[in-house]
Amino acid sequence: MPDNIEYKKKEIPGSVEKIGWILLGLGVILGAVAFLVDSSRAFFTYLITFMFVLSVAVGALFIVALEYLAGADWSVPFRRIPEFFAGAIPFLALLVIPLLFGFHDLFHWTHTEDVEADKILQGKTPYLNEVFFIIRTVFCIGVWYIFYRLFTRNSRKQDETGDQLLTRKNITLSAIFIPVFAVTITIAAVDWLMTLEPHWFSTIFGIYFFSGSMIATLAAITLTAVLLKEKGYLHPKITNEHFYSLGALMFAFVNFWAYIAFSQYMLIWYADLPETTFWFLQRWEGPMMYISIGLIFVHFVIPYFGLVSLPSKTDPKRLKIMSVWLLFAHGLNLYWLIMPTYFSGKEVPVITWMDFTFPLIAIALFIIIFVIHAKKFNLMPVRDPKLRKGLDFHL
Amino acid sequence: MSKILYGYTALFDSPDGIMAAAQKTADDGFTKFDVHTPYPVHGMDKAMKVKPSKLGFVTLFFGLLGGALAMLFMYWTMAVDYPMVIGGKPLFPLPAFGPVTFEVIVLAATLSTVAAMIALFFYLPQNNHPLHDTDYMKNVSSDKYGLCIEAGDPLFDEKKVKTFLDAAGGKNITPIYNPDPVKYPLLQPRFLSVLLVVALSVSGLTYFTLNKLMYMPPFDWMSEQEKLTPQRTYRLFEDGYGMRMPVQGTVARGFMPYPYRDQPVLEEEGLANPLLATEEVLTLGKNKYNTFCSPCHGDHGDGDSRLRGYFPNPPSLHTPRAREWSDGQIYHVLTVGQNVMASYEPYTTREERWAIVHYIRALQRAKNASDADIQLVRSDNNAR
Ligand code: HEC
Repeated sequence: MPDNIEYKKKEIPGSVEKIGWILLGLGVILGAVAFLVDSSRAFFTYLITFMFVLSVAVGALFIVALEYLAGADWSVPFRRIPEFFAGAIPFLALLVIPLLFGFHDLFHWTHTEDVEADKILQGKTPYLNEVFFIIRTVFCIGVWYIFYRLFTRNSRKQDETGDQLLTRKNITLSAIFIPVFAVTITIAAVDWLMTLEPHWFSTIFGIYFFSGSMIATLAAITLTAVLLKEKGYLHPKITNEHFYSLGALMFAFVNFWAYIAFSQYMLIWYADLPETTFWFLQRWEGPMMYISIGLIFVHFVIPYFGLVSLPSKTDPKRLKIMSVWLLFAHGLNLYWLIMPTYFSGKEVPVITWMDFTFPLIAIALFIIIFVIHAKKFNLMPVRDPKLRKGLDFHL
Repeated sequence: MSKILYGYTALFDSPDGIMAAAQKTADDGFTKFDVHTPYPVHGMDKAMKVKPSKLGFVTLFFGLLGGALAMLFMYWTMAVDYPMVIGGKPLFPLPAFGPVTFEVIVLAATLSTVAAMIALFFYLPQNNHPLHDTDYMKNVSSDKYGLCIEAGDPLFDEKKVKTFLDAAGGKNITPIYNPDPVKYPLLQPRFLSVLLVVALSVSGLTYFTLNKLMYMPPFDWMSEQEKLTPQRTYRLFEDGYGMRMPVQGTVARGFMPYPYRDQPVLEEEGLANPLLATEEVLTLGKNKYNTFCSPCHGDHGDGDSRLRGYFPNPPSLHTPRAREWSDGQIYHVLTVGQNVMASYEPYTTREERWAIVHYIRALQRAKNASDADIQLVRSDNNAR
């Protein structure tokens, strides 16, 4: 039985939740207007937000599993933050519904008359058909939901019973979840992002999406952790040094993303096959060229220098800036992946007011989900056997 | 022989003990002291008040240097010294050079870091540290935590340091003396012979592996496989020849075969001279004519060469027949030959043959110059 750690729960003020609801209302109204004005573009921008929520929610669950499996101590006092964020997983089932009405706008392979005239797409129909697509989506969200329930149930039960066996159970669960996660996140990335251009293929695409998702997840966790600590919601023993590993992980994934992105680009560039290069050429047309170049700086060069030094990984102010920056970078990355399909062959502005409406829903959703969970549960796994070691952590 | 004191060491039993002692030492103003622990103790840098290591700058410098050199090397070999187009890519394809540059950066950065670390620890060229081979070192590399205050510290005073270490809770407080300085430690026979043995065995093993082992079964299956080698017979072709003729009608890239090989060139078909009669072209034509044609046709095309009498007499190139021919018809003779005159296709390029045609035209014009031509040459000569 681990010794009890003194922990006084401090309630998050209701005003935060209120802000969340206001943002959500605003997002939903503006989103509805967007659909009325230009439903085709709205489907694409909405897809960006959907994938953003998906990557942070599922990524958070992955971080929880990773912590159990790696036996990390430093992250135990923070574990509730990804647990709460993973609470967005059930809402994915709700958020996906509008997209089901946009199949025809989003996915070229749903146009039966075009597929009939296209040998390549015909060959892909066993995988790329609407029924199987929906089955896969339901399957992925279902699997994530089951693991989310199991992980959080054990973790919360431990707060009451202090049973150490629950940690063991979650370790076993993590070992099962991580390979399942690898497959499901690849399915999600391929289905919802890669098949926007059904002729294109890249075998590294799943990892590409995963690397970006991890950056966004870690940035969201870091931002929340720093804000909570500043306002005094976390245990007083948590110092700035506890943030070091969060900063280091963000830095690592910034590099990992660049590595994967470069690998994908270089192989396609080198082989120079028209059936794969067109995807990059699409992203080099007109104003998209500036966004492509910008992505290299926003997603890699600037965060690299922003996070490379030791002090930058423990300074809360810099961490806050970098995590907001990286959240934006992930949004831009998804924009870069999704929007060119919509732009191809059209003379439309690259950025409109619409692109900023749906992110409001994502931000609001995470605030509300976090606050509601924080009301019901402890902000720290108070009786986790590794908690004391985690609190005593220093560099 | 009196020995020079290096410093005082003390042992501690727990990480907490060493932490407190290090803190106290730093607080008392000591700067030249070190802590040795069997494993990294977190927070020690802070307790000892050591400044962040400068080693990172060595890493940065050599990393950047390695990357720059790798780029320069690839640029020089692939784009300057022996330009080579690979896969239709530009001569300096940045993405393709990316991975190699990255690897070299990592390699240079790590090797230089390790080398710099060793150099800083041992004060190279010394290869021995006073703390090596002491009981103190044996203890701190198994289960004790040690602190060593060096005699070089400005606050060092033998008695005070002893009492200080005692007060801090240190045990086994012992003085450490500098070893007798060894002159040229790298030239010791023992070291040199070890070096020699290592060098010989490594190179011998490498030689044996690359030149002998790889040619013995079963390692030779790569070199002994069934494959097509130039100048060798090859079992898989019916005629047994390893070298193959190109398929009938094969045309080299960028080359147009001569289309009038088996038929006369008609004037109106317009096989026109693609070259302009510039000075350069005429000089080329003259050189080639003098080399290939003058032995039979004479220096000025009169058919009065030194081979006269030994060979069917070649005709003059100034006959009305030859003068009325089109450029294409003369070119045709050079390319496919005419009766006893052989084809000059194997010895001259297309451009050279057209240049010769220009030169023959110049000879013909000179032999039958009009008044206007003579006027022109005169005024030209006057102008010079
Ligand atoms: C080995 C001696 C020889 C050499 C070298 C030679 N020719 Fe001839 N050439 C002849 C003979 C002999 C004829 C006459 C062939 C025939 O019977 O129609 C001839 C014919 C010609 C004719 C056709 C003349 C006509 O009125 O039918 C031209 C033009 C000509 N040569 C140009 C050249 C040029 C240009 C070269 C240099 C590339 C060259 N020859 C080199 C021996 C030579």
